[in-house]
Order: sequence, then C-alpha cells, then structure tokens
Amino acid sequence: MQLETHAWPSSYGGDAKPRMGFFTDTSVCIGCKACEVACKEWNQIPMSMQGFTGHSYDNTIDLGANTWRHVAFVEQKLPLDATEGGSLVQVAERAGAATNGGLASYQEGPGEGIRWLMASDVCKHCTDAACLEVCPTGSLFRTEFGTVVVQEDICNGCGYCVPACPFGVLDQREDDGRVWKCTLCYDRLGDDKEPACAQACPTNSIQFGELSELRERAEHRLGTLQQAGQEKAQLYLADDDDGVGGAGAFFLLLDEPEVYGLPPDPVDTRRDLPQIYAATAAAAVALGVGLVAAVFGGRRG
Amino acid sequence: MTEPRSYYGQPVIKEPVWTWEIPLYFFTGGMAGASAGLALLSEIRGNDVLARRAWAASFGAVGISPVLLISDLGKPTRFFNMLRMFKVTSPMSVGSWILVGSGTSTALAATNAWTGWFPRLGRVAKPVAAVLGLPLSTYTAALVANTAVPVWHEARWELPFVFGSGAALSAGAAAAIATPVTHAAPARRLALAAGALELISSQVMERRLGDLGEPYSEGLPSRLKLATGACILTGSALMGWRGRRSRPIAAVGGALMMAGAVAARWNVFRAGFASARDPAYTVGPQRARVDAKRAHAEPAGRTDTAPPGGEPLVEVGSPANSDRQ
Repeated sequence: MQLETHAWPSSYGGDAKPRMGFFTDTSVCIGCKACEVACKEWNQIPMSMQGFTGHSYDNTIDLGANTWRHVAFVEQKLPLDATEGGSLVQVAERAGAATNGGLASYQEGPGEGIRWLMASDVCKHCTDAACLEVCPTGSLFRTEFGTVVVQEDICNGCGYCVPACPFGVLDQREDDGRVWKCTLCYDRLGDDKEPACAQACPTNSIQFGELSELRERAEHRLGTLQQAGQEKAQLYLADDDDGVGGAGAFFLLLDEPEVYGLPPDPVDTRRDLPQIYAATAAAAVALGVGLVAAVFGGRRG
Repeated sequence: MTEPRSYYGQPVIKEPVWTWEIPLYFFTGGMAGASAGLALLSEIRGNDVLARRAWAASFGAVGISPVLLISDLGKPTRFFNMLRMFKVTSPMSVGSWILVGSGTSTALAATNAWTGWFPRLGRVAKPVAAVLGLPLSTYTAALVANTAVPVWHEARWELPFVFGSGAALSAGAAAAIATPVTHAAPARRLALAAGALELISSQVMERRLGDLGEPYSEGLPSRLKLATGACILTGSALMGWRGRRSRPIAAVGGALMMAGAVAARWNVFRAGFASARDPAYTVGPQRARVDAKRAHAEPAGRTDTAPPGGEPLVEVGSPANSDRQ
C-alpha cells in the first residue's frame, strides 16, 4: 500500500479501496477552465462572481466554498531555454524534446518570450490532513479511497478547518454557514466513475487514478520535461517525507510553487501539536502557581 | 526581508472566518478559569468575602462563553455536534469538553458559595472548577496556535503564557472591582502582577518572532496594542496608588485593566488575520526552509546560477488587497 494515512486503509479493513488521487500535469494545461465548469455543474456549486481581476485570465481568484477547481494563470518573461546556450546540436535536441514533450504551445516566439503557466488547483487530499485533524465534530473524514470529505449533515460551521489548512482550500459558504470543499467526487467514485474535472479535461492535464500508479507516471513525465530543458520542473506534494506526508492530489509544476499561489513547504499543524500542548500545560501550571502566590503570598487575605 | 514571490499578491492560506465573539470569548473564558482558582484559594485562606465574588465572576463569565461560541457557529443549531466526539488532535474539541466541565462545576460551586445549597456536590465541584479553570484559561492559545496562521502558529511557545497572564489579570481586576477593599488584597496583587506579565510576555513573543511578528504592531493590531498598554498601565497605576483605600478608584483601575485584557486578545486575533492575508508571511519562512534544505542536499561546489524563474509582468508581492478587512 502506498501512502498510508492514519485512518486509511486500516480502519476500513476489507472495505478499503485503493487510494485514489489526482495528478495535475500543469505542463499541458491550456487554461480552458473546463474543470472549473464541470466541477460546478456536477456538484451543483453556487455561483461565485468575482468580477474582473486583471490577473491575466483568472477571474476565479482562489479555491473556496464555491470554487473547488481553480485555474491559475501566470505570465512570465523568461528566456527560452530551448534556444539558448550550448552547441547547435544541443539546442536542436532540446527544441525537439520540447516539441515532443508538448511544450511548444506556450513557448512560442524567438528570444525573450512571454511564458504562460497555467495550473488547475484543487484540494490536495493530504496524507496528514490538518483540516480533518482539527475538525471537532468529525464532519471531515477519511473515505475508503483515502480522500478527505466534509459531511455536510454534520458540519456546524465552527470554521476551525479554514485557517488550519496550509493551502487555504476550505472556506465557509455565506448564507449557509458550513464549510465546503472538493470531495474528489466521492459520489462518482462510489459508482466507478472518474471525477467530473478529470473527465472534462481535454488535454489530460488532470489525471485521475490510483495514487501509486499516478506517481510513477508523474516521475516519467518529469524526466521528459527535465530532458527538454525545464530545469525548474518539479513534482509538488509527491514526496511522503514532506510536511503533509504527501498528498492525494499532487502536481507537476514548471516553476516554484509560490508562483502558482501554492505554499513551498506546507506543514500539517498537527506536527507541532505536542509543543503547543506542552506550552499550554506549562502556562496552565504557571497560572496555578501565580494564583497560589497571589492569595497566600500576602500577609493578610 | 525581501518580498517573496507570490501569485498576484493573493493570500496562500485563508483568513479565519471567526467574528467578534471569539476574541471576546478568549477574554471571558480566561476570566472564568482564573476566577475559579482565585475563588477556591481564597476560600481555603478563609477570605469568604473575596471567594464568593470570585465565584460569581467565574460563573458569569463561564455562562456567557457558550453563548458567544454558539453564536459564532455557521450553524448554531448544530452546536451539540461539538460533543459528538472527544478528539485530542483538535484543541477546539478538547476545549469544548473543558468548557462543559468547567461550566457545570462552576455553576454548582457558585450556587453553593452564595446559598449553601448542595454542600456535598459543592465540595467536589469547587476543586474541579478551579483545576479545569487553568486549562480553560490557556487552551484558547493552543486553539489558535494549532493553525497555519503564521503569527499564531510560530508564537506557540509564548501565546499560552500571554493568554494565561490575561486570564489572571481579568480575574484579579474583576474581583478587585466587586470586593470591598479590605478583603481584595489578593485580587489586587494578582491583577498587578499579571498585568505586568501580560505586557512582558507579549513583548517577548514579538521579539522572538522578529519580522514575522510585524502584524502584531501594524494597522489595527498596532492601535489595539497601544490601547492594551495604556489601559493596563493606567489601571495598574490607579490600583497601586489608591486601590487599597478607595473602592471607586480600585473599580476604575480594575475596569481599565479588564479593558486592556480585552484589547490584548483582540490584538492577537486581528494580527492573525493580517498575517494570513499577506502571502509574504506564509511563503517567506517556507521558502527559506526549502532553500536551506536544497543547499544542504547540494553541498558547495555546484553553483547553480539559473535565474530564479521569470520576472513577473505585474508587480506582485505587496498584497493588493491589504485594505480588505
């Protein structure tokens, strides 16, 4: 089993399914937003009109209660690696690899080009999920697929998961009071269907499947891109040793995570909880000592 | 610190959705918790006049607390779901149970202290209320520290002491207001010492946080910090000057000190929002960690001079939405 979590697969026993996830390969994202639309349609999410932002083609802004897929658009001036430096043979090799790797679409033009990075963001379904750990009602739970889902009939809108998530995924829905987020189409998974966004994605930028298999595929794709001169290409949240223990939804990025609005080194707050409780207990004891000193320290009560 | 890269200055994490009830609860919960301890100890010391008033203060504050918490819920009618489970990984769950235990035992204790009813239950309830009052005063710091909000999470070592000082300050001040001066000496001592500790511990916290602690002293949190200092210092001066002789002066001083404790809770609360809103506080330290790890993984020799990605076309970094509340 890959990437075991606290509750999966152990607590499901024989009912546990393989851990499912998303591999979002941003290098082939064309920014069509079909994932955003498909997600809204299938999950019947209310409208989230944000107006015109001026942030390239991104008028959705961020993930939230009413946005479970969000396509980011980054515009960068970047020297084209494929046509610079090295011998002519090397340049030709790189250019060929770039074309074969499907990179040409956003790196057209000679010399100084404008590069577009597009990436469809989603709930990460972390292995160590802070939202799930802080949820006081048990509304957030780990499914048999290893994903993280909010049970809307239990959530009482305490809002603790909102600042606990290191990715800013969850938010409270106005006029409803509860928190909402991507379910990785839990209803469709139960019916052996892939999530709506993955099905709608025309370039296979959003790939759905068993996490272990997706990781292999991602490693292979990363190798291709690095060969093509994409030095900054990196897998994001595909490492069991990162701050969230790896994630069910991971990404292939062409630049550092923060460029896409993702935290470069997210940490599940639960890892520091022993320190937090230690400090809290120490302060409680200190308060007790202080009270004793105040009452018994004086000459007369 | 150099401004880290970001996505159009958009926040990386979400601001909390909590409203004014929450910082007010930080205050009432702390006051209730520390008052219970003050009451029990005063009773043991034989100062029943003070003890009864401290029990009343504890009962009043612990009575308001659930009302505040429930009114902040997105679905207030589902408040009962808080008690579906006991979950150690959630300080909010642990705190809910502490509040239930503390509220019940304090109600019994206060009733017994004023009426003499339930003598047997009272004898058990009083120490229970006093002991549960200690974590009740400090767990709220654990609650906010156990988030991704940088100024809360990184202040995890100091925040419980700041909140504990505030709790003692509130309890002492409330008892000093309610008690005749001849019996209020322990309350005054408690308020004065805790007021000083509140100011000192929050200074220590901000110093240690360095650049990351800026949100505590910018904008609205900065004004709240000024109010905290002014209220606590003036209140302490009045309390120390004539608190022993004049009940009205002790009352005014105590009220100012309590106002200072409220402002201090609000300062922490609003600073959290500010630090969540600005991606620099989230990305900066994380980027430094990643770079340090990479430098460690690739020992000296290989000097990778690849440009740090592209230059953004639009000025990013400084949050474009810093005026958002």
